[in-house]
Amino acid sequence: MISFFLYVSVAMCLLMLVSMYRVLFGPTVLDRLIGVNAIGSKTVILLLLIGFLYERVDMFVDIALAYGMLNFVAVIGAARYFHKRKGLYEESFID
Amino acid sequence: MDIIVTALLIFGLFLFLAGAIGIIRMPDFYSRLHPAGKLDTLGTLAMVMGLALYNLHQISIGNVLVSVKMFLIVFFVFIASPTATHTIVDAGMRAGLRHWTKKKKRN
Repeated sequence: MISFFLYVSVAMCLLMLVSMYRVLFGPTVLDRLIGVNAIGSKTVILLLLIGFLYERVDMFVDIALAYGMLNFVAVIGAARYFHKRKGLYEESFID
Repeated sequence: MDIIVTALLIFGLFLFLAGAIGIIRMPDFYSRLHPAGKLDTLGTLAMVMGLALYNLHQISIGNVLVSVKMFLIVFFVFIASPTATHTIVDAGMRAGLRHWTKKKKRN
């Protein structure tokens, strides 16, 4: 069962790489923010899986909860920062 | 018990995969937020439910407490992830991003 958790962790890392495409090549800055949000919500699960692999779940569950809260605050702060930027519509046609 | 845990983890991986494909393949900013907002939330619920069920293979006070904490993570994500998605939509509306229409090509 532990090796199955390892396989699930590797698959989760590959899915994070798939979401990383939107972070790297997103047309506007808000598209990159979507990718960051998706990667952060996958990282919470990945931290719990790492806790099962190291058999210290009681420690890693607190780290996962703190990381989820940090991801939420980061996304909200970045969105509040970028909502004054003009010219995003023209920027979205540059592929 | 292990079969249920495996099924929940595979189901959560499927939801995360669908969300990642949706984030890549959707044509527009607003339509990209649709898989990012929903599928990550439900995938988190499925995978944390599987992991909490696996954690309860022997019942003790500490294991039950850790499982309750995992469901607190799910409760927080169910509040925070739609709020973050709504904030990104609001930033896009204020910044003047327009909708995707089918016939409009690049100018």
